[in-house]
Amino acid sequence: MVRQFGEVLLAIAIAPLFAGWIGQCRAWLQNRSAPPLTQPYRMLRKLFHKDAALATDASPLFRTTPYILFGTMVLAAAIIPSVATDLPFARAADAIALIGLFATARVFLSLAAMDIGTAFGSMGARRDMMIGFLAEPALLMVLFNAFLLTGSTALPSVVESSTAHAFPIDPSLVFAAVAFLMVLLAENARIPIDNPATHLELTMIHEAMVLEYSARHLALVEWSSDLKLFNYACIGFALFLPWGIATPGADGSLALGVAVIALLAKLLVAGAALALIETLSAKLRIFRAPEYLATAFLLAVLGLLVHLLLGA
Amino acid sequence: MRPSNLIAELLKLLAASLLLISFAMLSRRRTQRLITLFAWQGSVLFVSTLLVAYSAGLTELYYSAALTLALKVIALPWILHRLIQRLGAQWDSEPLVNIPTTMLVGLGLVIFAFGLAQPISRMATTITRHTIGVALAVIFLAFLMMITRRKAITQVIGFLAMENGLFFAATSATYGMPMVIELGIALDLLVGFFILGIFFFQIREQFDSLDLSHLESLKEE
Amino acid sequence: MDLLIVLGLPLLGALLLALFGERTWAAELNAGVSFATLVAVGFLVLRVLRHGSLLALHEQFFVDSFNVFLVALTAFVGFTTALFSRPYMRIEEQRGHLSQRRLRLYHSMYQLFMAAMFLALLTNNMGLLWVAMEAATLSTVLLVSLYRTRASLEAAWKYFILCGVGIAQALFGTILLYFAAERVLGQQGMTALLWTHLNAVKGQLEPRVLGLAFVFLLVGYGTKVGLTPLHNWLPDAHAEGPTPVSAVLSGLLLNVALYAVIRCKILVEGSIGSYLPGRMLMGFGLLSAVLGAFFLWRQRDIKRLFGYSSIEHMGIITFAFGIGGPIANFAALLHMTVHSLTKSSIFFTAGHASQTAGTQQMDGIRGLVGISPTIGWGLMLGSLAILGMPPFGVFASEFLILTTAMREHPWTTPFLLVALGVAFAAIFRKVQPMVFGESDAPPLPHSPALVPVFIHLALVLMLGVYMPFVLADWYRVAARLIGG
Repeated sequence: MVRQFGEVLLAIAIAPLFAGWIGQCRAWLQNRSAPPLTQPYRMLRKLFHKDAALATDASPLFRTTPYILFGTMVLAAAIIPSVATDLPFARAADAIALIGLFATARVFLSLAAMDIGTAFGSMGARRDMMIGFLAEPALLMVLFNAFLLTGSTALPSVVESSTAHAFPIDPSLVFAAVAFLMVLLAENARIPIDNPATHLELTMIHEAMVLEYSARHLALVEWSSDLKLFNYACIGFALFLPWGIATPGADGSLALGVAVIALLAKLLVAGAALALIETLSAKLRIFRAPEYLATAFLLAVLGLLVHLLLGA
Repeated sequence: MRPSNLIAELLKLLAASLLLISFAMLSRRRTQRLITLFAWQGSVLFVSTLLVAYSAGLTELYYSAALTLALKVIALPWILHRLIQRLGAQWDSEPLVNIPTTMLVGLGLVIFAFGLAQPISRMATTITRHTIGVALAVIFLAFLMMITRRKAITQVIGFLAMENGLFFAATSATYGMPMVIELGIALDLLVGFFILGIFFFQIREQFDSLDLSHLESLKEE
Repeated sequence: MDLLIVLGLPLLGALLLALFGERTWAAELNAGVSFATLVAVGFLVLRVLRHGSLLALHEQFFVDSFNVFLVALTAFVGFTTALFSRPYMRIEEQRGHLSQRRLRLYHSMYQLFMAAMFLALLTNNMGLLWVAMEAATLSTVLLVSLYRTRASLEAAWKYFILCGVGIAQALFGTILLYFAAERVLGQQGMTALLWTHLNAVKGQLEPRVLGLAFVFLLVGYGTKVGLTPLHNWLPDAHAEGPTPVSAVLSGLLLNVALYAVIRCKILVEGSIGSYLPGRMLMGFGLLSAVLGAFFLWRQRDIKRLFGYSSIEHMGIITFAFGIGGPIANFAALLHMTVHSLTKSSIFFTAGHASQTAGTQQMDGIRGLVGISPTIGWGLMLGSLAILGMPPFGVFASEFLILTTAMREHPWTTPFLLVALGVAFAAIFRKVQPMVFGESDAPPLPHSPALVPVFIHLALVLMLGVYMPFVLADWYRVAARLIGG
């Protein structure tokens, strides 16, 4: 139980740092002077100190949504075996429930966005639902790849059985990894689909939805989207780079220490890679998003096929 | 784990990346990206040939790996780059109809290819026998790419990618063809490529464009 | 030794012509090299006649009665086409269609093409056969685009891409063949692709792999034969290339491609032990014959017209090989011979006819008999011959094919009859007004070389009424070899 709490607290603490790291890498790659790593924390602190302003038409739903968002993301972080596999929550729910959690968060955010009744909010909600609707099957397919390999739908067992092999990379995972990366970028409002740094009306998706939030509400929304990115990254690590995650057989605290260091190292590399991808690619028009996500879906299906046909 | 087992796993991984590159080629619009992908395909081919050569202990295969490196990773992509620069076509991109549909067709082709390759895979004794289906799929996907594209250069890249698939098929089914034949094939490829290069200039001179939709006057009336 | 000369002479010629192709005597040199090749082939033929089939150079080359007759045919038509091209290309040059440098390219590539075809015919190695076929494609691509007009570039591009893709399929088939052979013949590499070795062990080759290999080989080499639905390149390449190239494409290259298919068929049939490959050939052949005949109706360009006629005839030959058995094979070999002789002579006259009229559109060609009786009558006789009128040789071979088909596969007879009938009506209706009728076009500046036309037609006539013993014997041995 202590470990479980430790893991969740670590996730909550590191998530903004991860977002900050990506921002810093992006700034370097674009020859800008980078904001400090702690920038997201300062933002959060500043927002928490402000007084919240609510629209006159805001319903209780609007007000409670940030807490629900944050809660679901924390719960998701508890389920994902980012540091160790023998955690009570991680055993309690499998990856499909995880996707359900993400979907819940999305539904609430969209409802809240439409709650005020502004044009931008509805537009953002509509687009976000469309992307989610297309991304979810792709994500499921990616997960099926891993399930098929390991014979389990729970992430901890996936991690355990793939770390047990000396050579855990199956050919099908190459496809799944590319598909997963595409879904990750789409789901977290990153560049080929959305631009987290833009406030240009016509292109924004995520920003359009949170436009009406301020102060502590906005802080929670931002924090939970940082957590979402962190969670996705950890799912990716569990599926494709499971090295270092503490498994039950391993020696207690030492393994845990190694796992935390491994996680940090992976986040460091992944953040740089994400920043690189975002810098190199151009934003797609929103009409291209279905095409993009369908490609991800097909790639994941292809992974399944390759697995079945290569007779691994 | 035994090293040969590890090599077999690695080869499968490389085969999968080959297939992935083929799919990426199907969905790329920019000509320059395609050339880069082609070079990547060549390098994957090179590495896998090296691995096969090492595991089977065949000197001949080292030569053909060297041939692959020289021709498909260095020479052809370089010439292609130069060519599109001379033609001023480096920023060309082409409209593609419906990438998901193309990919879906490609998916069907992959299944078909694996089905075709099944009896061969079962009989082969090579370490790479499982990847024959991938080789066939790469050939089919290159074929699909040639059908769906309208630009001369992209068709040629499709053609070259098809040749890559054939080469992969040869190494995975039989540890490569006899050296004489392989040299002959490489020579033909090179000559054909130069002829195509000449063609690009002639086509552009005549039509002011490398778009093949201009080349549709000869039809059955 | 004569083998090496046969292969080396055209290569040497290609080199010489690449160096001196801009001289005025390049055309004569071209014809001279072709003649020397023909003589060398004559010696080779004599040797094969005397000693039977032979293997040479570490078994890499192989001559039997099947390919030696094709070699002889190739050398002969190659020589007569070189004769024909001399005045023809000169007229083209005078009219400003071609420059000296293009002529150099033309002559050099012509010899290279001949070399590639001899290599394809003589090699014993299925891999080298593929390489040679590809080389033949490459050399003719440059020939088809010789005029550098939009249409010729388009035709050459189509030719290259379609045949390139096709031949890639053939390479995959060859790989599969090697794969199957390697399991039986061991991994020494050098012998596993030799046709004679494969033929000796064909019963042990894995049937499923060979069946698959045959599909790829048939599609691959079949593209070059011009079998429907893979024929798209053929009419364009024939219409847009210079006429001598159309003549050698139709008269020789298609034959060589079909030769490759048949060599594969012999192996595969021996391995599978069923009639499946034969049936596939019959199906493709029948389809090509019928569709080719129907396409004839819609043609306006004289060279396209005869290009489609080539598709039809290659279809008939493929069909006959598909039936198999001594008689059908005999008929197919005979038809191969007479078709390439007749079709090249038709292209000779059609080339001069369109030069006279200044257009390839048949509407613009009128009254050839009035302008130049030899061209007019040449075209008329050639058309009659290709349409299977007795007493020409085409009649004999078509008659044999038809009767064999009637006996062995009666259901195919109506299709064949329809194809022949439609082709007859289409071609005759179009040729007749071109030959007769009124015209005021001036005669050509150079006297056309029509001796080859009449030699070809005379040979075809001779094959129709009397077949020399030697030739008949050849055909019989080859027919038995092909079996099926």
